Amino acid sequence: MAETQGILMPLIQSECQILKNYRDRGGYEAAKKALSMTPDEVIQEVQASNLRGLGGAGFPTGRKWAFVPKNSPKPVYLVVNCDESEPGTFKDKYIITKATHALIEGIIIASYAIGAHTAYIYIRGEYVRQAEVLEQAIQEAYDNGILGKKVLGKDYALDVYVHRGAGAYICGEETALLESLEGKKGWPRMKPPFPAIEGLFRCPTIVNNVETLSYVPFIIKNGARWFAEMGTERSGGMRLYCVSGHVNKPGVYELPVTTTLREIIYEHAGGVPGNKKIKAVVPGGSSSPPLRPEELDVPAEFDALMKLGTMAGSGGIIVMDEDTCLLEILTVTTHFYHHESCGQCTPCREGTGWMDKILHRMLHGEGRIEDVDHLEEIANGIMGNTICPLGDAAAMPVLGYLKRFREEFESHALYKKCFDGEFAELKAAS
Amino acid sequence: MSFQLSDESKKQIEEIFKRYPHKRAATLPILHVIQKEHGYIPEEAEPFVAELVEEPPVKIREVILFYTMFQTKPIGKYHFQVCHTVSCWLRGAKEIIEHLENRLNIKSGETSDDQKFTITEVECLGACEIAPMMQLNDDYIGPLTREKIDEILEKLQ
Repeated sequence: MAETQGILMPLIQSECQILKNYRDRGGYEAAKKALSMTPDEVIQEVQASNLRGLGGAGFPTGRKWAFVPKNSPKPVYLVVNCDESEPGTFKDKYIITKATHALIEGIIIASYAIGAHTAYIYIRGEYVRQAEVLEQAIQEAYDNGILGKKVLGKDYALDVYVHRGAGAYICGEETALLESLEGKKGWPRMKPPFPAIEGLFRCPTIVNNVETLSYVPFIIKNGARWFAEMGTERSGGMRLYCVSGHVNKPGVYELPVTTTLREIIYEHAGGVPGNKKIKAVVPGGSSSPPLRPEELDVPAEFDALMKLGTMAGSGGIIVMDEDTCLLEILTVTTHFYHHESCGQCTPCREGTGWMDKILHRMLHGEGRIEDVDHLEEIANGIMGNTICPLGDAAAMPVLGYLKRFREEFESHALYKKCFDGEFAELKAAS
Repeated sequence: MSFQLSDESKKQIEEIFKRYPHKRAATLPILHVIQKEHGYIPEEAEPFVAELVEEPPVKIREVILFYTMFQTKPIGKYHFQVCHTVSCWLRGAKEIIEHLENRLNIKSGETSDDQKFTITEVECLGACEIAPMMQLNDDYIGPLTREKIDEILEKLQ
């Protein structure tokens, strides 16, 4: 983490889990400003900034907020999604432990904008130490009149609570998260109704990712245009990219969303160990289809990556060098989604298990050439046929690896070894 | 009912209820409090929690079995949860797990006879920047090497 540029990174590097450090950097001035605006003005500003959901879905944040019914007779809730579980993603952990007060300030502004007086931060259960830091910062905010009956001395009340999950990837899906928060197993709900209309405790609820909310204070402070101009026509600002796998400097890098994958990997994450070539790059968490090395000059941004048939997702970039066995990687990936399938929808519950079994069989050298087609068939059977996006998340890598690296899997099925380039000639000759 | 909780835990549970408009929402936090005190969730805790949150005991069991962090039987004093998902796999998680299994002479999913060590292979813990990594009780440790594992075990023996 050598970068001192950026919006959140300078806070992370100056220990903004401590109130004084955040205040020294102008902390909570944006919340004061927001509380002197009308809620609608705040929503308009966030909308104009092109801030999009950085948990992975990329939905425009301001537009989401505007879905909350005005003058709802029921209480409105803000729920912060800190379940961070998509493999390859670890950025929110840095925010909640090092830029904690930026998140709290973002929560204040968002809650005020949607008319909420209670916010819950749902944090994955494994983040035990991280939750302790978060609790401490919240307490510090209460002790200094930043949270509570009179937020920053204004006539606005807000309580913020930390709620720990207990180990379930599915709870990163917003409706499963709400079920979990209500004390149930995390089974996703049918939509509609969307949470903005009927969410937590059947009340209007906005669920936002940690990183998304942490950018809000800076949009209010510096203006929507400042944030929008850093990005593309439809995606504003910067984001925290998580780079892992075969790179020299794995870590979090905050960069404008127009930065290309190649720049992120080579200029920021230090390139590939041993100067090896890249075989594949997963651009946005393990559910996003991988790209080939010749495709890396694409901005790591929602719309650009969608055009390539993959996703910017959670910003989790996983780099694999030329010696990686992609059958192994797809098996590990599929095993994850099988393990995490909640079991509610048959296509996902059964399909992920079938794919997992077939891939393991191939890995043990007992694959058959028809397995490759079978995998594709099963994945297509899951795609779009489940209540929540976990089904798609399991199917997309299978379809993606087969689309771009089919020869790797055919080679394993036919010759029980990784593709070494000769196979193509062999196939052409036959 | 033989299930007992310390006064400290009971006080925590009282505080937990204040955060939610519905009692059932306190289920997960209460289970965390119980596991913290007992090291796992004893079966007798199910009717106890059920009464507190005013739900049938089966709803509590359903929750306990759904979430991977809730243990239904005692585990070792030191719980090695080693990540084996993509980024850790790419950086040698398999070797780390094998080394740990050899050193402790138990397989992943098992607890040592002296109840001191448990190894569990787990899915992504959100710390791919320190891959390969593990969670040892409440703490994240990585990047792991065989030497680092040896060092840790030396301290715990």
